[in-house]
Amino acid sequence: MKEKTPWFTVRKALSPIRARSLTVLSFLLPLFIWSVVSYVPFIWHPKVEVVEQGGVEWFQKGMLIDREIFLTEVEKTVATNTEAPIGNRVNPVYLPAPHEVATAFYTAFTTEPKRRSEQWLHESLLHSMSVIFWGFLLSSIIGVPLGILCGTFAVVSKSQEPFIEFFRYLPAPAFGALAVAILGIHDGPKIAIIFIGTFFQQVLIVANTTRKLDVSLLEAGLTLGASKAKLLLRIVIPGIIPDLYRDLRILLGWAWTYLIVAELIGTSSGITWFITQQARYKNFDNVFAAIIMIGIIGMVIDLILAKIGQHIFPWESSKNKG
Amino acid sequence: MNSLTLPSYLQQSEHVAARFKKLKEREAILEVQGLYKIFESSQGDITALKDINFKTHRREFVCVIGPSGCGKSTLIRILAGLESPTQGQVLLDGKPKSEPGPDRGMVFQGYTLFPWLTIKKNVMFGLQMKGMANVVAESEAMQWVDLVGLSKFAESYPHQLSGGMKQRVAIARALANQPRILLMDEPFGALDPQTRLKMQTNLLEIWRNIDITVLFITHDLDEAIFLADRILVLKANPGEVEELIEVSVPRPRSPEQLLSPEFLATKKRLEELIHPEGEEGDEGFQLIRMTNIGDDVE
Ligand SMILES: Nc1ncnc2c1ncn2[C@@H]1O[C@H](COP(=O)(O)OP(=O)(O)OP(=O)(O)O)[C@@H](O)[C@H]1O
Ligand SMILES: [Mg+2]
Repeated sequence: MKEKTPWFTVRKALSPIRARSLTVLSFLLPLFIWSVVSYVPFIWHPKVEVVEQGGVEWFQKGMLIDREIFLTEVEKTVATNTEAPIGNRVNPVYLPAPHEVATAFYTAFTTEPKRRSEQWLHESLLHSMSVIFWGFLLSSIIGVPLGILCGTFAVVSKSQEPFIEFFRYLPAPAFGALAVAILGIHDGPKIAIIFIGTFFQQVLIVANTTRKLDVSLLEAGLTLGASKAKLLLRIVIPGIIPDLYRDLRILLGWAWTYLIVAELIGTSSGITWFITQQARYKNFDNVFAAIIMIGIIGMVIDLILAKIGQHIFPWESSKNKG
Repeated sequence: MNSLTLPSYLQQSEHVAARFKKLKEREAILEVQGLYKIFESSQGDITALKDINFKTHRREFVCVIGPSGCGKSTLIRILAGLESPTQGQVLLDGKPKSEPGPDRGMVFQGYTLFPWLTIKKNVMFGLQMKGMANVVAESEAMQWVDLVGLSKFAESYPHQLSGGMKQRVAIARALANQPRILLMDEPFGALDPQTRLKMQTNLLEIWRNIDITVLFITHDLDEAIFLADRILVLKANPGEVEELIEVSVPRPRSPEQLLSPEFLATKKRLEELIHPEGEEGDEGFQLIRMTNIGDDVE
C-alpha cells in the first residue's frame, strides 16, 4: 500500500519516513560530493605536497606544487640521476577535507586570538548575532506597524509605499560609507546596514500580508459594532499574526545574508573578522567551519522559531503549519 | 407539475388572511425607500438595484429571492451599511442608517468566524465591543452558544467545526448583540441538503423564541417558502421588486409541508416569476442550481 503511493504527487505531503530521509539526503549529497573530491585522489587533487625534497633544491617539505611542475622536476632528477623528490597528491589549500573542517569546528573555538584585543570565536559569533538582533529589532519596531498601516489604510499606503518601493532597489551596502560617516566605525553602521537591508522589504511584505486578510472578516467586525481602532487591534492584527510571524522568519533569514557585508563596514568585526583573519593565515579549515557555523546558527534559529510558531497559534489548522 | 389541482397561491384562508393583516399592523423595523445602486465601471454603468421599496415588520421573516446577479447581495450589503446606495435610504426604527452597526446583525454566506478566537470568544466579540465586562459577556455568550446547541464546542476553534456548525455560531454571534434585524445572505448555500434542512428548522425555532426580525436571501425556492412570511421577488437587469408574496403555509412549519398544496402553489408562482413565460422553466431552474454550485466551490 505504502509502496504504491507515487513519489511525485501534486501538493500532497510525503510520508514522514520519506520526508525525513529526503531531508537527510539533501545534506548528505553535498557532503558526499565534498568527501569524494577530498578523499579520492584521481578525481581532482591538482597539487602535490612535498614529502621528501630529493634532489630539487627549491622544494621544501610541506610545500604545495602544481602537479605538472612536480612531474617535470621528477623527470629532471631522473635525467640528472639525482634523488627524485617524493610527494602526495593533494587538493589546494582552500579546499580542506571534511574531517579537517570537522576538527576545526572544535579547534576554531580553542584557537587563542593572536592579539589580546582580538576576540575568541564564540565572542565573534555573539557579536555578529547581536548586530543582527539590533538591526532586525529596530527594523521590525518601525517596519511592522508601518506595514500594517499601509495594508489597512490607503492613505498610508499611497503616501509611503511608492518611496519605499524605490528605496528597496538601492543596495544596502551602498550606504556603507555614509553610515560610517554618520554613525562612526563601530557597530552603528553595521546595524544600519542590516536595518536598511531589512526595513524596506519588510514594510512591503507586511503590507501585502495585511492586504491578504479576508475583507469579510473586517465586514463581520463592522456589523458587530467594532470601531476603527478595534478593527485594527482586534481583527487585523490577530488575523494576520500567523502570516506575519512567517514573514518575519523569512526576513530574518535575509537579514543574515546582509551580515557579512555589514560587518566589513567600518572596522571589520564579528564572524566576518574571524573569517578574514583566518583566511589571511590560510587556516581555510577554520574559514569553512565559520561559514558552516553561520548556516547552522541561522537554520537552528529558524527551526526553533518554526517550532514555537506551531504552538503559539493554536487556531492554525494543521494544513497551514510548517 | 399537476398544476390543475393546485389552488391559487393568492387564496388565503380567513385565518391566514387575519395573520397577515395583523403582521402588517405591527411596527415597521426596517424600511427601504427608493433605493438605487449603480456601479460605475469602465464598460459602462451597471444598475444593480432600481427603486427598491419595502418594509419589514417586527418579528417578521422576509426572504429575498431572485435570479443570480439581480442584486440580492448588493441589497443586503446596503441594508447592513457595508455599501452605500446611489440613491434612496434605509430606515431602521424610522431612523436613517448609512454606517454598519450592531443594530443590524449579519450572517454571511462565506464563513466569517474569527479563526483566532474560540467559539465562545467569537460570540463574545460583539458584546465586548459594546464595552460589556468580560464575565458578563462570557455568561451571556454561553447562553447563545447553548441556544444553537454548541455548548460542547465552546472552547473549540472554528476550523474544528463543520460548515453547518460554523453558520450556527455565526447566527449566535449576530444574535448575541440583540440586533433589531438579522440579515442573512444565503447563509446555508454551501451546506448539503440534509444539513440545510436541519439548519432551517433550527433557525425557525430560534426565531419563534426570540424577538427578532429576519431578512434572509436565498436562491432556493423551497427554502424561501419554508422560512418566510413574505417573499420579496427581485428581477434582474435592473434589480427591481417584481412582487411581494405572502406565504400562506401555516406555522409552525415542518418539512412535511414541502408537499402541501399551499406550498406547491406558492412554489409554482415563484417559478413563474423567476422564469418568465419565454424561458424554458427547467433550464432556468438548472441555471440557478449551477450558480449555487459555483457558490459552493467558493
Ligand atoms: N463592487 C461591484 N462593482 C461592480 N459591479 C458590481 C459590484 N458588486 C456587484 N456588482 C454587480 O451588481 C450586480 C448584482 O450583484 P449581486 O452580487 O448583488 O448579485 P446577487 O443577486 O447577490 O447574485 P448571486 O445570486 O449570484 O449571489 C451584478 O451584475 C454584479 O456584477
Ligand atoms: Mg449574492
